[in-house]
Amino acid sequence: MGIPLVEIEHLSKSFGSNRVLEDINLQLDPGENLVVFGKSGSGKSVLIKCLVGLMQPDGGCVKLFGEDIARLKTAELNVLRKKVGFLFQSAALYDSMTVRENLEFPLRDMKARSIADVEGLVKESLRNVGLEEAIDKMPSELSGGMIKRVGLARTLIMKPEIILYDEPTTGLDPITSREISQLIVDIQKKYNTAAIIITHDVACAKITSNRMLIIKDGVINATGTYAELSVSENEWIHSFFI
Amino acid sequence: MINNEEITTNGSIFPLGWLDSLRVFFIEVGEISRFTLRFFKEVFIPRYEFKALVKQSYIIGYKSLPLIAITGLIIGLVLTIQARPTMAQFGAESWIPSMVSISIIREMGPVMVAVIFAGKVGSGIGAELASMKVTEQIDAMEVSGINPFKYLVVTRVMATTLMLPMLVTAADAISLVGAYVGVNLKGSISFHLFFLQVFSNLSFSDVIPAIIKTFFFGFSIGIVSCYKGYNANRGTEGVGEAANSAVVIGSLLVFIIDMIAVQLTSLIY
Ligand SMILES: Nc1ncnc2c1ncn2[C@@H]1O[C@H](COP(=O)(O)OP(=O)(O)OP(=O)(O)O)[C@@H](O)[C@H]1O
Ligand SMILES: [Mg+2]
Repeated sequence: MGIPLVEIEHLSKSFGSNRVLEDINLQLDPGENLVVFGKSGSGKSVLIKCLVGLMQPDGGCVKLFGEDIARLKTAELNVLRKKVGFLFQSAALYDSMTVRENLEFPLRDMKARSIADVEGLVKESLRNVGLEEAIDKMPSELSGGMIKRVGLARTLIMKPEIILYDEPTTGLDPITSREISQLIVDIQKKYNTAAIIITHDVACAKITSNRMLIIKDGVINATGTYAELSVSENEWIHSFFI
Repeated sequence: MINNEEITTNGSIFPLGWLDSLRVFFIEVGEISRFTLRFFKEVFIPRYEFKALVKQSYIIGYKSLPLIAITGLIIGLVLTIQARPTMAQFGAESWIPSMVSISIIREMGPVMVAVIFAGKVGSGIGAELASMKVTEQIDAMEVSGINPFKYLVVTRVMATTLMLPMLVTAADAISLVGAYVGVNLKGSISFHLFFLQVFSNLSFSDVIPAIIKTFFFGFSIGIVSCYKGYNANRGTEGVGEAANSAVVIGSLLVFIIDMIAVQLTSLIY
């Protein structure tokens, strides 16, 4: 299977006296969709922020593509970051820019890109999420579901090898949720990406996951496929699936 | 309320006393100094965000022009009207143009414009960066491998530093026109004679230090508002707070720097 794309060992993180992550170990293999499940406030967002160096962990080690990110210089880390797509919980669209400018923004550092190239990439990316007509809109003119999709398009435009989804379906109606979940699977197939999907939406987990982890009290409490976990004897785990 | 609690639980069991406030103050000063150092580190290394700088200069400079122009006109007018009775007592009405112009160019122009600028531009930058911070837009830039400090902070601080002196110069000029109008309200003096009197008494030692200090005003307003926005707390409350403290600290710094500048110039000249 090759080296794991992401490897996290004994990760811990607290905020003051609030111990959010105690000891997290996980690994992401190429081509895999890994769903991280957990209650609100269990530290899922903190976990993936540590993964890309947006937050510094207190202890433990995070490896991206086999490299320990704590040892990298900012420039080296930025090279890796370009291979990792990050869909924020709020999508984090730049609200002073149009959809087009939002999508072009991550490309600005790439050398020798002709205008036609960029245009083509923007269009392709929007087509992937089915939002070509929104290209000249401002983020404030979009609905919640559209914002998520544009966020996803902006993530895809870099052709990342790993995509980190922070609650891609939260706050959306069940139908739109299913569409987004399906989109995640389509992207995995089309571009052969690996992904960590953070969610507490069972339907989304069912559609997207190859493997699941459940976080509780700062540690990985259970791991397995959706089919395995959904029939778990453990009452606490089972409670997620009803 | 919540903030207070957080700080006290971190430190001591006593409520936030003056000692704690002092500690918070020094921590803040340290952090702003670090932020300033980072600015100087990043401003010289490529890549240079030239396009963003032009855009910010347009927003920060050009878009403030009407407000600054009105302020300038009123300052000139009011100073002249206020000066007249006193000057008349001494029979020194003919000195009004030169007296008013010196006070405008040395002091009133730079300080008033800087304070208005801190209010308009400082709060704008503070709120904008803070809302980008709390909605994770700054994080999004960072994870896509773009240096948000360079793109957002460096361009804005450069723009405030370069634009404020220009705005002050424009306001000074408009103020003098206001003063001319003020003089002519009760008396009459030709445009030519008015400016002849103004410039015959104005020396470089009035103009140059006054312009130099505006660069410092612009720089500190830019740094403080960017710092406040860039380090805003989570939540929408943080946005208002950042905008507010950007204005308060920015204006305060203008007066402090002005005081230092006045001391320095009086030493030199
Ligand atoms: N920057 C921060 N400063 C202080 N505490 C934080 C910070 N970020 C997160 N926390 C705390 O860490 C805990 C976990 O937060 P996190 O955002 O990771 O939760 P989550 O699992 O993503 O929840 P949700 O499903 O609601 O998004 C929370 O208790 C939160 O208060
Ligand atoms: Mg979260």
